[in-house]
Amino acid sequence: MHYETHFKCVVVGASAGGMVALGKLFSMLPRTFPLSIIAVQHLHPSEGGYLPVFLARKCALPVKEVEDKMPVLKGHVYIAPANYHLLVEMDESFSLSIDARVNYSRPSIDVLFESAARVWGADLIGIILTGANQDGTNGLRKIKECGGMTMAQDPETAETPFMPSAAIDAGVVDRVMTLEKIGAFLSTIDAEASNLRCSKW
Amino acid sequence: MDKTEIRKPRSEIEQMEVDLLLEAVFRRYGHDFRNYARASVERRVKNFLPKAECATISEMIPKLLHDEAFFANFLGQFSIPVTEMFRDPSVYGSLRKNVLPVLKTYPFIKVWHAGCASGEEAYSLAILLKEAGLYDQATIYATDFNDLVLGKARDGIYDLESMKLFSKNYQSSGGKQSLSEYYHAEYGGIVMDQKLRRNITFANHNLVTDGVFSETHLILCRNVLIYFDRVLQDRVLELFRDSLVRGGFLCLGSKESIQFSGVKNDFKVFDDKSKIFQKKS
Repeated sequence: MHYETHFKCVVVGASAGGMVALGKLFSMLPRTFPLSIIAVQHLHPSEGGYLPVFLARKCALPVKEVEDKMPVLKGHVYIAPANYHLLVEMDESFSLSIDARVNYSRPSIDVLFESAARVWGADLIGIILTGANQDGTNGLRKIKECGGMTMAQDPETAETPFMPSAAIDAGVVDRVMTLEKIGAFLSTIDAEASNLRCSKW
Repeated sequence: MDKTEIRKPRSEIEQMEVDLLLEAVFRRYGHDFRNYARASVERRVKNFLPKAECATISEMIPKLLHDEAFFANFLGQFSIPVTEMFRDPSVYGSLRKNVLPVLKTYPFIKVWHAGCASGEEAYSLAILLKEAGLYDQATIYATDFNDLVLGKARDGIYDLESMKLFSKNYQSSGGKQSLSEYYHAEYGGIVMDQKLRRNITFANHNLVTDGVFSETHLILCRNVLIYFDRVLQDRVLELFRDSLVRGGFLCLGSKESIQFSGVKNDFKVFDDKSKIFQKKS
């Protein structure tokens, strides 16, 4: 099966317990990972940009905290800055906003996921990890509506199960997996994409 | 026509509806949101749907065209200013420490605070200038396109609750006194000191349609450009460049940059972390 190869982008949302989970997930990605990854982790508004530094140490891919109008590049990991909503424009560049909190959160996972679904439609993978909030459920719904693939961390293995459970209960999740399985799945995208390139060659 | 062309995803149709709505608002009322960053615009328009009791975005268009009160409501929802005094305290710290000593060399200092919303940051600037002993030689032009928030800015009345955060911000920006030196309690809130108001001119200016403020030494425009698309952002940055004296300073929001813009080479980076840029001389 080579259907995974049409994917262009992965959006990830995490809240309580997310720093460790994101670190673990991103450490499993190969240096040749061909998609863009965009992550929202709920942070305290005054958080000074430690998360991207932490994740960069765990991850073979370049990790950046987003600045307004930054282009979304393949093989890069992007992290939403604290106290801003993160959105994607149709020309595949980022925009930020300080509009009101959504689900008590800024950045909000829903805001990122819904805007990314407009841009990538069926070529998008949305993943909800550990958290104590129900942010992300509406975002996954929108991704599903647009034909993308939706995943949630197995609540039993999540540090805080509420967020993935909320998404699963809402019926918007295609696959429920442990972090290890999600990482392995994402890594096959790389392998299969390269196989495809090899066979074309 | 091919049948596949007739079937369109809903999100694509919504984008057409937003285009048409923005065109209608512009032609009917002159408010031009057509070059606003589209993803946020779509969110705001959609958030207004339940209030408007409309099922689709295009259903709002006739209401906007024919019902002025409806438009006023829509406009209120559309520009939601969020600001605080000494927002991002380290930026104000850098202005204090690095920028004001340079401005001190000018006999007269002109500051433009573009997109001042309800004025919290304009008063913060006034306090900064006062504490540097520069207030009497300075004029702050604080502008916004929204008359409603400008009225709030002129009044300088804020709620007591937010002063806790503002005081904390003030202290971390290097403030030496207590912020309460600059306001007094009244009307169940706080009122900024009238002496701070003296050299602030609050005025309506629309970055999308209005022109240059000449011979400015410092421009603050924080978290306004994030709402513009690249085309409009470039145009406004050119406006700032042309408004500044040589060697003048531009201070943007903490996650904004001139790096992806056309004026990149007209400025040098003065303080990267605080997003302060200096016009080349």
